[in-house]
Amino acid sequence: MNMHLKELSTAVTAGLMTRREFVARAAALGVTAAAANSMLAGTASADAHAKPVAGGTFRMGVQGGESTNTQDPASWASDVPIAIGRLWGEPLVEVTADGSLSGLVAESWESSADAATWTFKIRENCMFSNGSAVTAEDVMKTMERHSNEDSKSGALGIMKGIKGMSTDGMNFTVELDIGNADLPYLMADYHLMIQPGGGFDDPTAAIGTGAYTMETFDPGVRASAKRRSDYWGGSQEEVAHYDTIEVIVLNDATARTAALQSGQVDAINRVEPKIAKLLDRAPTLGVQNVSGRGHYVFIAHVDTAPFDNKDLRLALKYAMNRQEMVDKILQGYGGIGNDMPINAAYPLFDDTIPQREFSLEKAAEHYKKSGHDGSPIILRTADGAFPGAVDAAALFQQSCEAAGIPLEIKREPNDGYWSEVWNVQPFCCSYWGGRPVQDQMYSTAYLSTADWNDTRWKRPEFDAMLLEARAELDEAKRKEIYSKMGRMMNEEGGLILPMFNDFIDAVSNDIQGFKGDPNGPQMNWYAFKKTWKTA
Amino acid sequence: MHPIVKLVAQRLALGFLLLLAASVLIFAGTTMLPGDVAQQILGQGATPENLANLRAELGLNDPPVTRYFQWLGGILQGDLGTALTNGRDIAESIGGRLKNTMFLAFWAAVISVPLAIFLGLLAVRYKDKWPDKLISAVTLTTISIPEFMIGYILVYWLAIKLRWFPSVAIMNDSMSLGEKLNAIAIPVMVLTLVVLAHMMRMTRAAILNVMQSAYIETAELKGLRMLSVIRKHAFPNAVAPIVNVVMINMAYLVVGVVVVEVVFAYPGMGQYLVDHVSKRDVPVVQACGLIFAAVYIGLNLVADIVSIVTNPRLRHPK
Repeated sequence: MNMHLKELSTAVTAGLMTRREFVARAAALGVTAAAANSMLAGTASADAHAKPVAGGTFRMGVQGGESTNTQDPASWASDVPIAIGRLWGEPLVEVTADGSLSGLVAESWESSADAATWTFKIRENCMFSNGSAVTAEDVMKTMERHSNEDSKSGALGIMKGIKGMSTDGMNFTVELDIGNADLPYLMADYHLMIQPGGGFDDPTAAIGTGAYTMETFDPGVRASAKRRSDYWGGSQEEVAHYDTIEVIVLNDATARTAALQSGQVDAINRVEPKIAKLLDRAPTLGVQNVSGRGHYVFIAHVDTAPFDNKDLRLALKYAMNRQEMVDKILQGYGGIGNDMPINAAYPLFDDTIPQREFSLEKAAEHYKKSGHDGSPIILRTADGAFPGAVDAAALFQQSCEAAGIPLEIKREPNDGYWSEVWNVQPFCCSYWGGRPVQDQMYSTAYLSTADWNDTRWKRPEFDAMLLEARAELDEAKRKEIYSKMGRMMNEEGGLILPMFNDFIDAVSNDIQGFKGDPNGPQMNWYAFKKTWKTA
Repeated sequence: MHPIVKLVAQRLALGFLLLLAASVLIFAGTTMLPGDVAQQILGQGATPENLANLRAELGLNDPPVTRYFQWLGGILQGDLGTALTNGRDIAESIGGRLKNTMFLAFWAAVISVPLAIFLGLLAVRYKDKWPDKLISAVTLTTISIPEFMIGYILVYWLAIKLRWFPSVAIMNDSMSLGEKLNAIAIPVMVLTLVVLAHMMRMTRAAILNVMQSAYIETAELKGLRMLSVIRKHAFPNAVAPIVNVVMINMAYLVVGVVVVEVVFAYPGMGQYLVDHVSKRDVPVVQACGLIFAAVYIGLNLVADIVSIVTNPRLRHPK
């Protein structure tokens, strides 16, 4: 059944929507009143399933694993290690689907008035799977391992700005150079799994506070985990309902969908947009897409000719046919972008910022004004830059040509693209996974001093606004600053952002309780904990 | 010394030199690829600080020549080392993968080699008649379709529609032999279809070549049945070229099936090697490369020995 309808009918049985409302909204989806009512009857009788059932095995078919993966959270970068890591490990907090925070290892947290000192209270009843209780000391050591000067952690970038850390009983305190109202969001990062002794002794031990303990781990092939009886979150009837979880690495898109269709796995990530609608027709499963914060980008270095010319950048921005990109590259599974890395999925988003429209006249006008000598502008792309990047570059080239802009595509190999092209060459295709809050997205890639400043965007006034917003606890004021920053990027930045991509998952109908989460695929990889199996 | 023993000794010595040369080439090639293992591990998450820390820890700051000889020193003592990316013992990781690769290759060979030779003999027996044409048409069709395509077609029918076999070949040690065979059923079918034509056509051509000889005519004239002529007189004399092509295909089944491994998510050597090449994990790439080279050298040696043993003129040189 269509996932959206399923959600609607569940809302009725849960009392969140009236029958009349349901029929009306189902009609909007093209369902007749009679069919809608019978569907409702079906859900009502299936209501017994609304109560979670403990037991069974949840098998995930996941793209993004290699035989080089490890269990050391510091080295995680792709989906499979994260999916596996969530089973045994937990950070201090998690970002929920509605964008708020919920405590995991930390029970509660509070900040000083200037947001420069944050104190996290660690749960009393939280145990590692090796039997020892979590202490504030373990938490501090973990943070040290990801931020000290020997650190080789992928989280090193976000841990900058920490001045000092201390513990007091079950309290863990972080002191910052300058206030950061969003610090707790950073603590939800998947690298920051709390490990005994910080994981200094044995980073790959896979011992954490998660609901499951690892049974097998075969990098790039599969992993399995068993439910712990002493999980702090509660019994199997309350949370983490499955007895066992299996993660099966399926990098090939067709193998992934075939495994789901033939019933070898219960859920898969990264359904290809071009087959998503077809796959949804299969009777035994549903496709679930959720608009997230991830986006596909064309990035120009604003300090390198010819991209140091604002008119040339504007010409390229106006020549981008965003709707066509969403329709043809994402097959409609996504939303149009506005040359700033923020969309409505972020808290404090200002929806009054005008959307840049596709306009060949304006593109031609700005191109003329830029005084460019007419030599080809080279855009580098590769299949691995983002799914459909080569096609997207070709579409962009065509619309540029219509505006009289000589764009030339240089196709690069996937291999080495992230070390040799991205963040090195002045104009290329890339993608960003998005971050839970605006501050983190901007600090990661648009602050003058950011390591990943892939558009070489170095504006003191922009940095000043970012730092001001960071320490501002008044949300209305913060929203205003973020709005100004967004407008500035939209107008002057080297970022050409045509589209935000949806996460597209497919889930077997036996799995109940699956909902989209804008933070990541597979309910931000917490599906194993929040869903259950019937039949 | 018996000529065969001498040949084997010579070939083994040569093989050892070849392996050494291969290791130099692989090392140089992998080192020349853009980016190093530290960059590949950190990917988009790299900062100058964590890159420097990781490089120092992995010993990447030593010059390449030093690293090569360190590796060579280890390998001569039988130590394959540990993977740079995940610190796992290479011998142990490769062991499991090699076992899987051999398992798949073995069953594919057990089915495809006899089948190909039998079909080849049948095609000769009914030369230019409909069985010959049918066999050639079918096998040439399956060799012409890319292997992943055959895989997808078989998965669609046998796994999704009929649900006879699993679409993904998941293997683990707790499975019984029957379960494992069930898991690899479709990949074995795909590999069989891929290698069949080459061996079948070679068998057919080799035997037809022999069939032109005068002694075959004699055999026919003394009244032997066609199949007996082929079996007793033609086949033994055509063994050498057939064994050669069989060995090439067996080497392919061991080292060349990465596409099939990906389509069926089969945990073999091919995917393992590709993952490590893309991460620039030189010690693992070296170890895989050596094993693959050894397989080629070994199977070629077998082919040469078989051609000598089956040829009395080579067996008893003057």
